[in-house]
Amino acid sequence: MIQPIPSVKPSSNLKPTVFWRLAEDIPKPLSTGLMITSIAAPLLLWWLITTFGNIDPKFLPSPGRVLEAFGRLWSTRELLKDTVASLWRVGVGFFAAALCSIPVGILMGSFPSIRALFEPLFGLIRYMPAPAFIPLLILYLGVGEEPKITLIFMGVFFFNALMVMDTVKFVPKELIEATYMLGGNRWQTLREVIFPHVLPGIIDACRINLAAAWQLVIVSELIAATEGLGRRISVAGRFLKTDEIFVGLIVIGIIGLCFDLLFQYFLRVSCKWSSQKR
Amino acid sequence: MYLQILNLNKHFSTQNGNLVVLKDINMNILEGEFICAVGASGSGKSTLLRQIAGLDSPTTGFVQIDGKKVTGPGPDRGMVFQHYTLYPWMTVQENTEFGLKLQGLNKKERREKASYYLTVVGLTKFSHSLPKELSGGMKQRVAIARALASEPKVLLMDEPFGALDIHTKESMHEFMLDLWQRTGITIFMITHDVEEAVFLSNRIYALGSRPGTVRKEISIHLPERNHAIKRESVFHDYRDELMDLLRQHGQEALVAAA
Repeated sequence: MIQPIPSVKPSSNLKPTVFWRLAEDIPKPLSTGLMITSIAAPLLLWWLITTFGNIDPKFLPSPGRVLEAFGRLWSTRELLKDTVASLWRVGVGFFAAALCSIPVGILMGSFPSIRALFEPLFGLIRYMPAPAFIPLLILYLGVGEEPKITLIFMGVFFFNALMVMDTVKFVPKELIEATYMLGGNRWQTLREVIFPHVLPGIIDACRINLAAAWQLVIVSELIAATEGLGRRISVAGRFLKTDEIFVGLIVIGIIGLCFDLLFQYFLRVSCKWSSQKR
Repeated sequence: MYLQILNLNKHFSTQNGNLVVLKDINMNILEGEFICAVGASGSGKSTLLRQIAGLDSPTTGFVQIDGKKVTGPGPDRGMVFQHYTLYPWMTVQENTEFGLKLQGLNKKERREKASYYLTVVGLTKFSHSLPKELSGGMKQRVAIARALASEPKVLLMDEPFGALDIHTKESMHEFMLDLWQRTGITIFMITHDVEEAVFLSNRIYALGSRPGTVRKEISIHLPERNHAIKRESVFHDYRDELMDLLRQHGQEALVAAA
């Protein structure tokens, strides 16, 4: 009979694993299961605590009560009105800021002269927290839509310009020189080579800054607004309608997630050549 | 049509003083020649190529092509780099047409010219592929087609096959010789691969290092240009001569740097 080989030292220090794979793919079913758990587990916990714990519903409303509040706010059209108001503000503010900051960022990234002119100023203003400008904006622009939209513009413009500026430095020098060798001038190089190359980076910067803008709009409404999701939360808080606060927060979160997924989709569709996985 | 480099010197000012990268370079290249400039690192060969391309300007001396002094980059000198050569968001066809687009040709002319050169490099079937779908050798062929589409006076190549594996390199060498014979274009290529230079060129400039100077000019006469010639003594003699030349000056440079 053949004797089994006595145990020897293992040949590798890397023990096989599935869950703890480092920078390696895990099986799709596991991944999907974990993602579902990510949402389902807190929901389940929430339901359990409110059903079996002795919690004052004013403190922590049950999922059922939140759902009721959602139904209520939706049927009176208040929720829709608030959502549209917030979306409109962030849409206008963000779009205007993106429209201005993208060309400025590209110019700053491409021309060291323009960068030297603007970067010190932008770098300074970027560190001033946008909400700190609210009193000034109300003073200068009143309490209508203008201060809120301006706030979003300011919160997005400087960050986005600087982020777009940074994408330009990843354009390989050889690509630019190849363009000159094919007879291109600087303007053509900027338009036909630098711009398409930085487009994925720009879309990603916009995705990140839209998230910031969305937060900013809510914050501005907490302070001064007549409608909007932030306003809804602020009013609900004053009357201790915690169920409505939860509705507001969840709707804000879901809309933010939708923005993110939308931009990820733009990225995939418009930049198939970019081999980076996101 | 010919390429002339006259008394070219290139200095860079650095923290440690003046760095002489190229010293007294003189070269005369006739139309239709296939020239290689071979040197070890520090021989300034890339810098030299950039002077000819117009991407950089000499400290003294000048470069002249077909009687006209080089003052900046332009499509009369086609350039093929070692890496990052193609525009990743454009198809093979669009890449090849791009120079013509920049120069203002209309769609029909562009398509015809580009298609012709894609046929020359043998990639017509891949016209609508993106660069990321191509192998290294194929990408370089597109880069060559793109440069040739502008019908330049001279094709400049900066270690174009350095990033390829040896098998792809060998087939690219065959391809280059075939291309040269078919188009008759003047080619100036820099490389550190001595065998590549001996196999491809009809004349070699051996560059010394630190500073880069022309040590020797060698005319290559091979009875035939195929892979079998690499086993013959005539090939070995040229190769050994160049290796010795470069090694000697490489050592001098090491000693000088110490």
